[in-house]
Amino acid sequence: MVHAIEFRDVTKTFKGAGYSAVDHVSFTVEEGEFITILGSSGCGKTTLLKMINRLYEPDDGKVLLSGTDISSVDVVSLRRRIGYVIQQIGLFPHLTVGENIATLPKLLKWEKEKTAARVDELLIMAGLAPDEFRNRYPSQLSGGQQQRVGLARALAADPGIMLLDEPFGAIDSITRTKLQDELLALHGGMKKTFLFVTHDIEEALKLGTRVMIMNGGKVIQYDTPEQIIRNPADAFVRSLVEAARAKEQFWERFV
Amino acid sequence: MRNLVILRLCGYNKTVSDSMWKGCVAMYQQIAEYFQTSSERWFSMLAGHIGLSAGALLPAIVIAVPAGFLCVRYARLNRPVTALFGTLRIIPSLAVLLLMLPVLGTGALPAMAALVLLAIPPILANTIAGLNGVPDFMLETAVSLGMTQEQVWWKIRFPLALPLIFAGVKTAAVEIIASATLAARIGAGGLGDLIFTGIGLFRTDLLLIGGGSVAVLSLLAGLLFGLLEKMCIRYKTI
Ligand SMILES: Nc1ncnc2c1ncn2[C@@H]1O[C@H](COP(=O)(O)OP(=O)(O)OP(=O)(O)O)[C@@H](O)[C@H]1O
Ligand SMILES: [Mg+2]
Repeated sequence: MVHAIEFRDVTKTFKGAGYSAVDHVSFTVEEGEFITILGSSGCGKTTLLKMINRLYEPDDGKVLLSGTDISSVDVVSLRRRIGYVIQQIGLFPHLTVGENIATLPKLLKWEKEKTAARVDELLIMAGLAPDEFRNRYPSQLSGGQQQRVGLARALAADPGIMLLDEPFGAIDSITRTKLQDELLALHGGMKKTFLFVTHDIEEALKLGTRVMIMNGGKVIQYDTPEQIIRNPADAFVRSLVEAARAKEQFWERFV
Repeated sequence: MRNLVILRLCGYNKTVSDSMWKGCVAMYQQIAEYFQTSSERWFSMLAGHIGLSAGALLPAIVIAVPAGFLCVRYARLNRPVTALFGTLRIIPSLAVLLLMLPVLGTGALPAMAALVLLAIPPILANTIAGLNGVPDFMLETAVSLGMTQEQVWWKIRFPLALPLIFAGVKTAAVEIIASATLAARIGAGGLGDLIFTGIGLFRTDLLLIGGGSVAVLSLLAGLLFGLLEKMCIRYKTI
């Protein structure tokens, strides 16, 4: 069986570092899965993600997409098939919302009408009225609206894989819950593979069909949310689950 | 005794302000007369000044912007190139002009060369600052969208550096217009002719016309570039 994503014993050590940011990691992701990656700061989540669109090259091991070793394919065309959203969003301030979303369609030289139609379609999907937002500049949007545009831009050319690196990190909890629900709805309606980095365990358990828990560059546990709660693999995972439980109990006191 | 002194002072002041007032009127008459009789000459000097300035600014941009690009693209070049033009900048413009004499002789060409040297550092520095000012995550986003390195330069880095490059060009333009005055010293013409003639003949009216014209020209250039910037860089003005 061909996996959408496969890591084979992948290691990445940054120059001058005394430890590996990603340390002999192997796992597979099936097509259409929604994987959440959870772990404390500096455990290697971003590094792992960036090895999928080759912003970083592994020092050791292989990354395969649909069975093909990505080091053997053209890096530009690889990236055009993968959507990538980061916490800082990275909208281009000198381009309008519409032009931002149209970045990849333009690079792919789509026809004007097709691009314009796609931009409107994505704006509607992101909950932004096209006529209102198309011609605004990013500086004229709220943080949550910018995040939606970032998501729309990454989805523009219908990538099979979406990499999301803490996309909701800088957003208030109400908007965040709303965006989470929208993202789930979005994922349910498409046959796309999502990799979603977070360091919020509740977000990880809520969104993921499977949750990958990392610590010190290693994958500690990679399982369904239910299994993670029922059978934590080690003390680290247990402490994460307990932290989430403690939070829940805090709220129960007020019921 | 004290009153007397004060009175004297007042009287003295009165004559001074009187004579100043008379002087002003006379000066105004002289200036008006100059424009009545020699406006054609003034226009040709003004045109010469503008031509000289534009003729220096364009090559300065053509040299400094690509040089700035190279300094950012090949970080190793940054220090030596910036140091070179920085040193050239420290030398006073008049000295640069005079140093040019033995090399290029007199006339507009050596003057322009000196002005080009003068204008490069601000444009170079701002080009480098602008290109380096684009945050890493934005470059990474551009790359992750599937842009080639070349596309990242043209579609992201240069457009985002443009406001600073513009500011550098504006600074350079104002500096050139002011320094071009000195170019008259080596026979390049321009409004400096008027000023140096004024100095030579002790004609304050010519000095005022020359200096005033240069000042107004600088201001207008600043305004023009401000306007151009607003037109080109819409996203900043919102
Ligand atoms: N470009 C880099 N150069 C050198 N070291 C790096 C680089 N990027 C990351 N690292 C190091 O690699 C390790 C993993 O970093 P990474 O960014 O993957 O962590 P993370 O899990 O995404 O953390 P966070 O939740 O804070 O974003 C860290 O120790 C970090 O210091
Ligand atoms: Mg990270």
